[in-house]
Amino acid sequence: MLDAILSYEFLQNAFASGLIIGVIAPLLGVFIVVRRLSLIADALSHVTLAGIAGSLYLSQSVGALALLNPLYLGIASSVMGSMLIERLRSVYKHYEELAIPIILSAGIGFGAIFISLAEGFSSDLFGYLFGTVSAVSRQDLYIVAGIAVIVLAFIRIFFKELFVLSFDDEYARASGLPAKWIHFLFMIVTALVISGSMRIVGILLVSSLMTIPVATAMRVAKSFKQTIWLSILFGEISVLTGLVAAFYFDLAPGGTIVVTSIAILLVILAYRKISLSKKRGAAA
Amino acid sequence: MAAPLINIKEVSYEYEQTKALDRISMKVEEGDFLAILGPNGSGKSTLLKIMLGLIRPSEGSVELFGIDSKQFKHREWIGYVSQKSNSFNSAFPATVQEVVAGGLAKKAGLFHKLPKNTAQQVEESLDAVGMKAFKNRSISELSGGQQQRVFIARALVAKPKVLILDEPTVGIDVQNVQAFYDMLAALNRERNITLVLVTHDVDTVTDRISHVACLNQTIHFHGFKDQLHMMSDEKREAWYGHSVRKIHHTEGSHTHA
Ligand SMILES: Nc1ncnc2c1ncn2[C@@H]1O[C@H](COP(=O)(O)OP(=O)(O)O)[C@@H](O)[C@H]1O
Ligand SMILES: [Mg+2]
Repeated sequence: MLDAILSYEFLQNAFASGLIIGVIAPLLGVFIVVRRLSLIADALSHVTLAGIAGSLYLSQSVGALALLNPLYLGIASSVMGSMLIERLRSVYKHYEELAIPIILSAGIGFGAIFISLAEGFSSDLFGYLFGTVSAVSRQDLYIVAGIAVIVLAFIRIFFKELFVLSFDDEYARASGLPAKWIHFLFMIVTALVISGSMRIVGILLVSSLMTIPVATAMRVAKSFKQTIWLSILFGEISVLTGLVAAFYFDLAPGGTIVVTSIAILLVILAYRKISLSKKRGAAA
Repeated sequence: MAAPLINIKEVSYEYEQTKALDRISMKVEEGDFLAILGPNGSGKSTLLKIMLGLIRPSEGSVELFGIDSKQFKHREWIGYVSQKSNSFNSAFPATVQEVVAGGLAKKAGLFHKLPKNTAQQVEESLDAVGMKAFKNRSISELSGGQQQRVFIARALVAKPKVLILDEPTVGIDVQNVQAFYDMLAALNRERNITLVLVTHDVDTVTDRISHVACLNQTIHFHGFKDQLHMMSDEKREAWYGHSVRKIHHTEGSHTHA
């Protein structure tokens, strides 16, 4: 495997990108999960689909855009989607969750139109939907790395504010933290992570890489910091195992990565059950 | 004379349909231990939220430490323990220590890390509420009353000058309510923390507080608790909608101004 990685550039790109998103997706995912925003992540990934499909269509029909990396439009639409969600959430104050299905269906709607307008990019599209090992370009890798720098800087700079905001947002506002601004930046960073992770895991499975490792970590972690480290560990194991399996068996990495993360979740749940019943047994 | 810590001037507040506060004026001076009393829906939480700057008055203005609330920058001087301590996510994966350290976020400032002695400051404020032994426990494993103490420790850790509490004893079992108010009274006496408290535990708090405000959209009474018995029956009627039993008080526990 290592030989293959060292000798093929496409594998280097896929594995390096995978290593990066194995960190940033679960890291941001911890905040997404505890703030109960998992559905928003889902909605944003479908908006990214519209951007990607639109870009693939444009690159077919407008000669000058033939070489445009679809990730750029994907990122742009995801960021726009995150702002629209916020806007809708304030319009429908008492039905905040309505914003999610509206944006999600808008994403799929536009996506479907662009896909049917264009002809013959079904293999590209398949890669964007379920992830790819072979089609990750050097440029994709650089984009993912750029996103990672932004995400890590954001979380490092605003960690204490993000923690307080996630735990209790009324308290955050009462104590004078700029909760609105931080939430706004958080949504943009979320949009970035989703569009960046999508190259490897695929649009349809991005949100699972942000949530399943976190769900697993929360079963065993004793503190918030531990939740973060364990989420990253489980995310990283899932991505690496998933990529190797995808490469050897020629499968979509999104599938193998998510199935691995679910396997880890099941192992942890079983382990918790056994250790709990052992404790009870010892106490009885 | 120093400016009142909280000065509410002719404040009214309306939610979309409901008028919650009608031209309220009141001052909270340094060292006060004020209980705000009133029936459900009388605007108590709304008034606290206005003091905290969580909502802006529809009319009137608020001064904090002599500064107009809109310009006031030192929110860390005002600690807050909200009504539903369960407004926080009860399955949140964090330790007591992490939660309390969050109380230092504003004081440390944006772009700054928490101070080096955070652990020590957290330990001190947990000690003040009798929860030091729980610092490494997960917040979700604690009882309602224990969580409430942790939230008070979170409010205390930034060394506020005022502590605002909204029905803090909801969810605390009866035996512990006394001890809880003793703890608040000690904070007021020993650390000179000014306290503003919304509560229904009239009988339990009267021995410990200095001032009472009777609220029902407007202020029906505000003053030393010893003067409360002078409130007329009609006023009482207007305040609570039905006559309530006169509140017990200990004679001479507070000198009149
Ligand atoms: N977010 C809100 N939206 C609309 N009305 C509200 C809201 N919060 C409170 N109210 C109304 O304002 C009035 C005062 O509420 P509140 O300050 O919570 O009273 P209290 O704390 O004394 O029980 C009540 O009639 C309540 O129904
Ligand atoms: Mg209330």
